[in-house]
Amino acid sequence: MKTLKNRGLILLALLAGCLFNIQLFGIAPDDSLVVRWKDINVFYEDNEKCLICHGEAYYTLSDTVAGVSQIRNMFQDYFVNREDYYDGVHKSFSCTDCHSSDFISFPHDVASRLEPRYTCIDCHGYDENYAHLNFEEIEVEYSNSTHAKVENFSCWKCHDPHSYKLIASEVTDVGELVLYDNNMCLSCHANFTEFRLLTDREEINVVSKHEWLPNQVLHFESVRCIECHTQISDSILVAHMVLPKDKAVKNCTECHSTDSRLMSTLYKFESREKRQNGFFNSIILNRSYVIGASRNMYLGYISFLIFFGVLTVIGIHVFFRVIKAKRK
Amino acid sequence: MSKGLYLYPKWIRFWHITNAVLFLILIVTGISLQFSGLDEPFVLVSFKSAVSWHNTAAFILVLNYVLFIIGNQVTGNIKHYRSNSTTYIQDLIRQANYYRRDMFRGEPHPFPVTEESKFNPLQRFSYLLAMYAGMPLLIISGILLFYPGMLPREIFGVSGLLIIDLVHDATGFLLSIFMVIHIYTCTLGSKPTTLFKSMVDGYHHDDH
Repeated sequence: MKTLKNRGLILLALLAGCLFNIQLFGIAPDDSLVVRWKDINVFYEDNEKCLICHGEAYYTLSDTVAGVSQIRNMFQDYFVNREDYYDGVHKSFSCTDCHSSDFISFPHDVASRLEPRYTCIDCHGYDENYAHLNFEEIEVEYSNSTHAKVENFSCWKCHDPHSYKLIASEVTDVGELVLYDNNMCLSCHANFTEFRLLTDREEINVVSKHEWLPNQVLHFESVRCIECHTQISDSILVAHMVLPKDKAVKNCTECHSTDSRLMSTLYKFESREKRQNGFFNSIILNRSYVIGASRNMYLGYISFLIFFGVLTVIGIHVFFRVIKAKRK
Repeated sequence: MSKGLYLYPKWIRFWHITNAVLFLILIVTGISLQFSGLDEPFVLVSFKSAVSWHNTAAFILVLNYVLFIIGNQVTGNIKHYRSNSTTYIQDLIRQANYYRRDMFRGEPHPFPVTEESKFNPLQRFSYLLAMYAGMPLLIISGILLFYPGMLPREIFGVSGLLIIDLVHDATGFLLSIFMVIHIYTCTLGSKPTTLFKSMVDGYHHDDH
């Protein structure tokens, strides 16, 4: 009912002959995509009333009374990519499911623009459909994280609800997961324009800060930032308690050992799903090889046998040499 | 009194001692890396230090190996690694039998050291294998591990890094075993220290 009312209001506003007329100024999506998106989302047409501007990089702003028009950039933070949106976890949603119906008026009023935004827990918390993702624990971890101390920080700073996908439990290529997750961190930590919206701290040079890491590029490609920068969590798949920088892992053997923390972090989901024998932490071998963590115990035993076998033969040879020397 | 045959010129002795020291560093740091997370005696060096020492020693080892290859070609020392014998296998068995049995019976060395042939058949075979097969394999796999971007992500569905690391570890292990046997056989001179002395002054002091 609420949705119908919202749609009615949007239509009313658009037909009201408001002073401002906004025209689409982009490339129309492929017809087959539109058909697919309509199948995915019954509110597709309603959403288009927002995406006609917010789904385009540029739009034309016209004052029909004064006869003035200008081409404007759509501010990146308010841009929603249709392909990402209809590919994300919230693909079946109407814009007004989360945003105020007051956005139907244009220019949008300040009160609407400053509306409190939902956080993940508002919809997903205490809901048995999402019990397996344990949003309650995610909320607790987040509230204890260093991010929670930053004013105006929210779930959305890392997880864009307009494009968010479930990656950790669904991708088969760990590299894809690493890239997706690290891009979340780097979107602020390697982009000072975004970073300074939230803090007065000076610019961070991620590369020079991690110069101590041998094979830095390989580390960045193979593991996520959160492997070292969060506290391991037993109850949720992806740890959310981001630690202060001085508490980040710097001890190589935390990962480079048979008791590797990667099994409780990056390979947590896979390690829950499959266990193989022979290699320590064999799951890691699906993609990579971590010195000290991926040792093969059988090869280890064979090496010890060969080594002690050689020492035994040498010992026997020495024994007979000593006997011979005594007989002289 | 004659000092004996001058078989080990300065460049060989320099290469040999450098190789030995570097190999010991690489063994200690390599084991520390492979068994990281465990306690002594496996881990003698911290992971971070082991990475730096292993990489530095390996870099010098490569230069030293280049010196060895060039030196062997230029001075003709490579002739000692080659064999024209038509009885190659029999010679190997004869030498093995000497170590196994004949030396305890007081029989003479089957292949006395001469200026033309300073290695016995077993030495020639094992040194050739170690220096012209083992070392290149160890160095190439080590370089690939140092620049993992050069490696294919997967080889036959298995991590490229894993395969190369196994090659590197296995070769390093076999060369370490070679070194243990090499050091032991060097005690088989007329006195246990005689052959080591040769690598200090360059002269072969034994009468065989």
